Amino acid sequence: MTRATLAGIGVAFAAAPLGCFVVWRRMAYFGDATAHAAILGVALSLTFEMSIFPGTLAVALIMALTVTRLAGRGYAMDTLLGVLAHSALAFGLVAVSFLSGIRIDLMAYLFGDILAVSRIDLLVIWGGAALVVALILWRWSALLTSTLNEELAYASGLDPRREQLILTVSLAITVAVAIKVVGVLLIAALLIIPAAAARGLARTPEAMALIAAFIGAVSAVAGLQGAYIFDTPAGPSIVCVAAILFAALNLVSWRSTSRS
Amino acid sequence: MSLISVTGLSVAYGAHTVLRNVDLSLDAGEIVTIVGPNGSGKTSLLRAIIGATPPAAGQINRAAGLKVGYVPQRLHIDQTLPITVERFMSLTHRVPRATCAAALAAADVPDLLKRQMSRLSGGQFQRVLLARALINTPDVLLLDEATQGLDQPGSAAFYRQIEAVRNNTGCAVLMISHDLHVVMSASDRVICLNGHVCCEGTPAVVASAPEYRALFGAGTGGALALYRHDHDHDHDHHHEAAE
Repeated sequence: MTRATLAGIGVAFAAAPLGCFVVWRRMAYFGDATAHAAILGVALSLTFEMSIFPGTLAVALIMALTVTRLAGRGYAMDTLLGVLAHSALAFGLVAVSFLSGIRIDLMAYLFGDILAVSRIDLLVIWGGAALVVALILWRWSALLTSTLNEELAYASGLDPRREQLILTVSLAITVAVAIKVVGVLLIAALLIIPAAAARGLARTPEAMALIAAFIGAVSAVAGLQGAYIFDTPAGPSIVCVAAILFAALNLVSWRSTSRS
Repeated sequence: MSLISVTGLSVAYGAHTVLRNVDLSLDAGEIVTIVGPNGSGKTSLLRAIIGATPPAAGQINRAAGLKVGYVPQRLHIDQTLPITVERFMSLTHRVPRATCAAALAAADVPDLLKRQMSRLSGGQFQRVLLARALINTPDVLLLDEATQGLDQPGSAAFYRQIEAVRNNTGCAVLMISHDLHVVMSASDRVICLNGHVCCEGTPAVVASAPEYRALFGAGTGGALALYRHDHDHDHDHHHEAAE
């Protein structure tokens, strides 16, 4: 249980600042697509009998880079993501069905199995989260400038394409470490919901990222407690808490703006 | 030596060439305006100068250590991104609050430090963009249709401010504009672009050039004369420097 909580908090910390960029850049679908592709990574990892982290990371990275490459070549971004995400998911599911002999619990990868987190998993999660947070802190100002305006970034001597790449890679790492915690289907939720919930409370981008991290961590802790008490699945419970916080915070800020 | 010199620049998107063999130079303290119809390659030229579009041919040289202030054509800040004016001013370089406040006051938009960028009016927004571009005392100010969304008095005031900035700081200005008659009177040199440089020179020379009239008609020539009339402060020396 302690391990599960720590795992959840680790993922929340990495997902929060990244989630803010996903929201600001309207890349919500992008998180989904990368996550769906991860199922293919799971299948491949199992086929080659290796640990699932490197496999999902590799496929998530390939997916993310492909999308970045193809963007702006005649298809709208959402179309492209729709094609790639669902194809990757379908190929992944088909690939899994070929795996004879091993009985795998697909549900564990679709919805996560945070209670089965091992000591090594925990190390991977915190290592990956630390890497993502470090990357984003390092590039924060450049990422923010590129998000606001591409030309402004170029004129300041930055390369927005490189910043996009950093975001894409961070996203792939986050997906790969989070798969065990919330599963493929709910990773995007952990990226977007805390960031969206933090929006109304924040006046600066930095504040939004910090508040999102706090909301994410609270969701992880409360979700796991809830899952333990009510005997509900852990990953979805975390997302439910985040969603309730989102609704509550929106209600509060809506009431305070309508009164003033 | 020129701050920015462009020689033989061509820009192409795939097989489609939008700019062909463009030469341009910008010297210290001068205001150069690029005019041209839609699709004439104005924005491509500016994008090439800031390094956002690689040239298909030709060269772009910047003076060593050149500081560039850039005011984008349109800056859309997503509703989901909270950012105060103060934070926006420190976007690329951290700036002390006092400097920030002074820059805003100079741009005629004081007391906005704590406001959200998304709550500003169009005119305030453009002035904040200009203040941000000027905060690191650039050698060159680049503006891409910076008065979009401003009404005519608003954009006239904006250009007067840019002229004041040049007069006070000696910063060179390169701008793209579609406000032909308003902007030209403030310029030392006008470059008329239509895939290539059609004609260039002082506003008066360009306005009477047959190439310019062919693109924009003779109507704006009259407007230019009218406008110049109420803006006849003396910057003749700049004209000379430009020629």
